[in-house]
Amino acid sequence: MKTLSRIYMWVVFLLLYAPILVLVLFSFNRAGSLNHFSTFSLYWYRELFRDTEALVALKNSLYLAVSSSVLATVIGTLAALGLDRMKSKAVKTAIKSVTNIPMMNPDIVTGVSMMLLFVAGMSLSFLPIRFGFGTMLVAHTTFNLPYVILSVLPRFQQMDKHLKEAALDLGCTPTRTFFRVELPLILPGVVSGLMLGFTLSLDDFVISHFVSSPDFQTLPLYVYNQTAHEVKYSMYALCALMVFVILGLLLLVNFAGSRGPKTKKAPRAGKVGGVA
Amino acid sequence: MKNRSFLEKAAAVPHAVWAVLFILAPLVIVCYFAFTDSYGTFTFDNISLLTGYTHIFVLSVCFALIATVICLLIGYPLAFFLSRLSPRTQKIFVVLLMLPMWISLLIRTYSLMALLDNGGLLNSLLSALGFAKAKIVGTSGAVILGMVYDFLPYMVLPIYTGLSKLDIHYFEAASDLGCNGVKTLFRVALPLSVPGIVSGVTMVFVPSISTFYISQKLGGGSFDLIGDTIERQFQNVSTYNIGAAISLVMMILILISVAVMNRFSDDEGEEIMV
Repeated sequence: MKTLSRIYMWVVFLLLYAPILVLVLFSFNRAGSLNHFSTFSLYWYRELFRDTEALVALKNSLYLAVSSSVLATVIGTLAALGLDRMKSKAVKTAIKSVTNIPMMNPDIVTGVSMMLLFVAGMSLSFLPIRFGFGTMLVAHTTFNLPYVILSVLPRFQQMDKHLKEAALDLGCTPTRTFFRVELPLILPGVVSGLMLGFTLSLDDFVISHFVSSPDFQTLPLYVYNQTAHEVKYSMYALCALMVFVILGLLLLVNFAGSRGPKTKKAPRAGKVGGVA
Repeated sequence: MKNRSFLEKAAAVPHAVWAVLFILAPLVIVCYFAFTDSYGTFTFDNISLLTGYTHIFVLSVCFALIATVICLLIGYPLAFFLSRLSPRTQKIFVVLLMLPMWISLLIRTYSLMALLDNGGLLNSLLSALGFAKAKIVGTSGAVILGMVYDFLPYMVLPIYTGLSKLDIHYFEAASDLGCNGVKTLFRVALPLSVPGIVSGVTMVFVPSISTFYISQKLGGGSFDLIGDTIERQFQNVSTYNIGAAISLVMMILILISVAVMNRFSDDEGEEIMV
């Protein structure tokens, strides 16, 4: 039974990784073909770095991911504070359920609904809306918000309320209490919300696909356009690079940091689990 | 408790405004588009035109259901075996399981296509060994394989999280009372992991039914799923309304099935979430 289960696990993992390994291996193939491996070379990597469009897309992706995750973290942390102190249970439930809608909906519906919102906004001539960075920022912030609130709100709920009262008794103003007492206590939740938002934004293709314009391309959109018609081997190099970066980050987070693996992707694993 | 400070009262306001403007308003606008024609006059035409798309809905539901069942059949034993490993090995395998989730879906689908394509590695291997080339890309099997391959980790992770939190004493008690391994699995582990299964099933089913990249790449253009159909409607202004109607129906279908599935797991699903 034990050997059998080991074999089963190895087979599944092997199948899971086979395509990725092939892709990484053939990104070093000078011949630019999957049929035969001529010589080991970094040719396609050089091609990739000559491609200014790819570099601009990378820059756009990072720019968008940073701004949308920071914006979502600010709004979301404040929202978690407000929700924690809110007296009306009905309002609280209402806000929470609306917030969860983008998590439950398929990405394509969120993307389409955002696109139609902007299209409708454009028909009002006094609104200066056009597809590009602005619309992408709004869309990415919207789908990041529930994840930020989900990781910050429990921190507020677990916090010892006496600490805040003590600070107030000792003469701190409420604002100062928030920054000096409460913020340090919720910081781990804020950081994990920020990181989660950053990676979700970096990775998003479907929603961006509907609210972008050709003059503001992110990396996933660039990959999509490049792979639409023919096989480009510099895309293999790009994909392999991404795999290396992600592998490095994951190893760093899991083995260098002392915290367990469930800090990051795990909340997303519960994506729809929160409907109940 | 003392009166709330101004900061505490006002803190949720920006988010509430944001949610109304960018979560609720878009859904209202989808409904508006679904029930109007391109001149903005009220009509049921878009909804009644949907009958012409029935086969697409049926095909998408079938593909997504088959992929979900396969993911569950492969993923459950994997999650079970994972949860039985020593903590150190578990950690390594969890990282290995999460790595594909972090790699863009586009890349994973693309690499699968590179492997299975006509001029791909698998066919080169086959012909080198003297077999006939197999046409894989462009078949329904390839699309389903793509869904299974892309979303399998999303099935395994929540089930694994649930199983790894189970008290080991349950299993000891079961074996003390004379259950063998298989019986323990079906009588003890399975009922206790329902919340994990429900969240895994939703996490595979929802993206499978709404995908368009997988069917574009691995279906070779011969399969039209709901996702492809919606995506195509939004490339042209004149078909926005019918696209909105399809999206609306799909959203309602998914919300209903998610709600039904969550009934199975009571509210234990919350535990898996955090």
